[in-house]
Amino acid sequence: MTSKIFTVVMLAVLVGASGLSAATNETELSAVLASIKQVGTKGAGHRAAQAAWQKLADADAAQLPAILVALDDASPLAANWLRGATEAIVARRLADGGSLPTAALEEFLADRRHAPRSRRLAYEWLVRVDQTTADRLLPGMLDDPSLELRRDAVAQLIVQASAKGKQDPDAAKAILQTALQSARDLDQINDAIRKLGDLGVKIDLTSQLGFVTHWKVVGPFDNAGGRGFAVAYPPEKSVDLAATYPGKSGEVHWVEAEASDEMGHVDLNRALGTHKGAAAYAFAEFDSDAARPVELRLGSANASKIWLNGKPLEEAEVYHAFTTMDQYIGRGECKRGKNRILVKLCQNEQTEDWAAEWKFQLRVCDPTGGALEQQEKNP
Amino acid sequence: MNGNDANDEKEPMRRLRLGQPRTGKSFALGALGIGVFCLAMAAPVASGDWPQFRGPNSDGAILPSEISASSSGGNRRAAVTALDGPTTFDRGLTIGWKVDLPGRGPSSPIVVGGKVIVTASSGVRQDLLHVLAFDAADGHLLWQRQFWATGRTITHPQTANAAPTPTTDGNKIFAFFSSNDLVALDLDGSLLWYRGLAQDFPHLGNDVGMSSSPLVVGDTVVVQSESQGESFVAGIDTVDGTTRWQLERERAATWTSPALLPNGKEMAVLVESAKTISAIDPATGIVLWTHQQDCETISSACASGGLVFVPGKGMTALRVGAGSAEPVPAWTNNQLQCGAASPTVLGNRLYAINRGGVLMTADPASGKILSRTRLDGNFWSSPVAAKNRLFAVNFEGVGQLVEISRDGSSGKVVDKIPFGETMQASPAVAGGAVFVRGDGHLWKLVAGTEK
Repeated sequence: MTSKIFTVVMLAVLVGASGLSAATNETELSAVLASIKQVGTKGAGHRAAQAAWQKLADADAAQLPAILVALDDASPLAANWLRGATEAIVARRLADGGSLPTAALEEFLADRRHAPRSRRLAYEWLVRVDQTTADRLLPGMLDDPSLELRRDAVAQLIVQASAKGKQDPDAAKAILQTALQSARDLDQINDAIRKLGDLGVKIDLTSQLGFVTHWKVVGPFDNAGGRGFAVAYPPEKSVDLAATYPGKSGEVHWVEAEASDEMGHVDLNRALGTHKGAAAYAFAEFDSDAARPVELRLGSANASKIWLNGKPLEEAEVYHAFTTMDQYIGRGECKRGKNRILVKLCQNEQTEDWAAEWKFQLRVCDPTGGALEQQEKNP
Repeated sequence: MNGNDANDEKEPMRRLRLGQPRTGKSFALGALGIGVFCLAMAAPVASGDWPQFRGPNSDGAILPSEISASSSGGNRRAAVTALDGPTTFDRGLTIGWKVDLPGRGPSSPIVVGGKVIVTASSGVRQDLLHVLAFDAADGHLLWQRQFWATGRTITHPQTANAAPTPTTDGNKIFAFFSSNDLVALDLDGSLLWYRGLAQDFPHLGNDVGMSSSPLVVGDTVVVQSESQGESFVAGIDTVDGTTRWQLERERAATWTSPALLPNGKEMAVLVESAKTISAIDPATGIVLWTHQQDCETISSACASGGLVFVPGKGMTALRVGAGSAEPVPAWTNNQLQCGAASPTVLGNRLYAINRGGVLMTADPASGKILSRTRLDGNFWSSPVAAKNRLFAVNFEGVGQLVEISRDGSSGKVVDKIPFGETMQASPAVAGGAVFVRGDGHLWKLVAGTEK
């Protein structure tokens, strides 16, 4: 018997041996949680997890904080097993007229070292049993790692600003500017900018979102039959803005391309001419004042690849299946000083009108989706 | 532009054409003499349940609650016992109840054991998945479970993560989402297992949104997920969620749903891609036959009376034999076109709603169009039919009851029901009631008084 199988069997034995009352000892709870957290892809570990899940779902509400802690490092699959059990516990407890361990949940929520999803869950339970929760806690969550908690905090500010309205425009402006600084979702950003505009404050959306607007682009290279997606044309090996390359139908060289709207869209049909079965590259640089985690967030209906400082971050071989902001996210580390972005955009050979699109947008963000403070460089 | 980043919203939906009245208002649908029809029961669901997308037969035919499906061999296909008879709709319909939903979703309700099961997705990133159970009798929420999506959640704004319709074997519920999350629950909401199929297939997903609804046959859940990145059809064990079999498919997007095909005493499952339709043994994954055939990638095929009706450059009927014998084309009619709504077949009537909102009534034996009836609006929801009447809900949320003459040569809209919100889900009919679902609400329509 391998050690892994032995572990699972022993966990199952422990799980089956007892219930999970409020007085359940730590070992029993750990065994149950471990049985669930070992679920893997393709249904691996389900049998053991099923037995454990029922035990966990029958647990006392006092166990909720411990289950939330277990959620912190659970895989996405295991997290849903755990969540399902917690919902059964909470629903049963509230239906019975009981209470939740609010003090422990609030303590858990306040500790930002816990996973955003776990803390959000704690918050939602607290809201269900304590109507003062939102007013008490959201003001301190404007910079929360949980984007859901942050969103609710921003929404609360926007409501406050609207209440101030024209009676106290300076206060409304200040509140909206705070909201805008914290907002990460496009609808809230647009809402805050529109309301600030009504108060005479103009905000540049493009900068707010961190779109890169100045690019050098080169192409077309051959992508007949989609084969060019996998071909490493010369810009993938090194970017030399003075170079010329053999292209799909003659020599090609780098040319300027500017974003054509406030959402940072760069139209390659405009910059390079209309082509089918073609590939192109876009290059830009930005400065960072420190080495830090960074996300290059791309939106494009064309097949794409993203590199940062020569390192591949993300690729998607998908053509014309909708596009939106932040569609593909390349996560990496930028360095202090100049950083180099390279994007490959492939156009296929579909002939429908809607398949003519060959464009992209890209923004440079921190891991929350906030625009990275950066000085964009014209390459 | 004001920061509206719903880029090219109209374009992808040209390809993907998916599929407030208050309590007491009588819609008086008029006399609905619902006949008794040939109905398949692929799983041991109770008579009166609506277990999956497009009902017990996955063909839009209503199972009258008054009729008990009789078992016919392993496939439990009921026999035709009468062509006329009293129905629960004879006295028209009235709103029974209306409840709020916590999120959006083109997914259709299903009904099992007196519970209406609905899925929804919410959150700015559509990453919160909901499975809800309502008491069919009074609409109160029995339980709700939420999960975090593990796959891609981007969709065109018209659709949502909760696009596929859940399914049931009568004891368990299987809820599927565009993010390729597949969750199994018992009828009390206890989690049985959770699969994130995008964890197995990292390139799986379609940012237009995926919508294929799973089917249960025996102890297998058949899931079809086809996209440019990866594509497969898989049979998932209903008990423990492991993969029983898996078929690699062409890497291309399709939004169609598997449909039931009686195969002797067993039940096969039809799956389509753009250029082929296949029949699969759900227990083993063995492909019984594959037929080269243009198929629409949105409206789904259905089977009845030994024929498979395939939307694709009009409609083609394939005559199927037993086992693995490849089907033979029976007829093609390029005028009989489906838009997003899937065809409905009931006895000797075949219905298709085209992209212009014209309902065509055809003879399923010959494909001949018997009549055309213009309906209001466009349809993403697939209609349900009973005897000589058909109920369809347009995108704007107007239910339309259409009466077709006995000989099929004419049709007329006899009533309209405005629900007041966008609707893409197909109606579910069970226990003498109709359940319709919009972007924010679930309604129950019950027998009312005749106009």
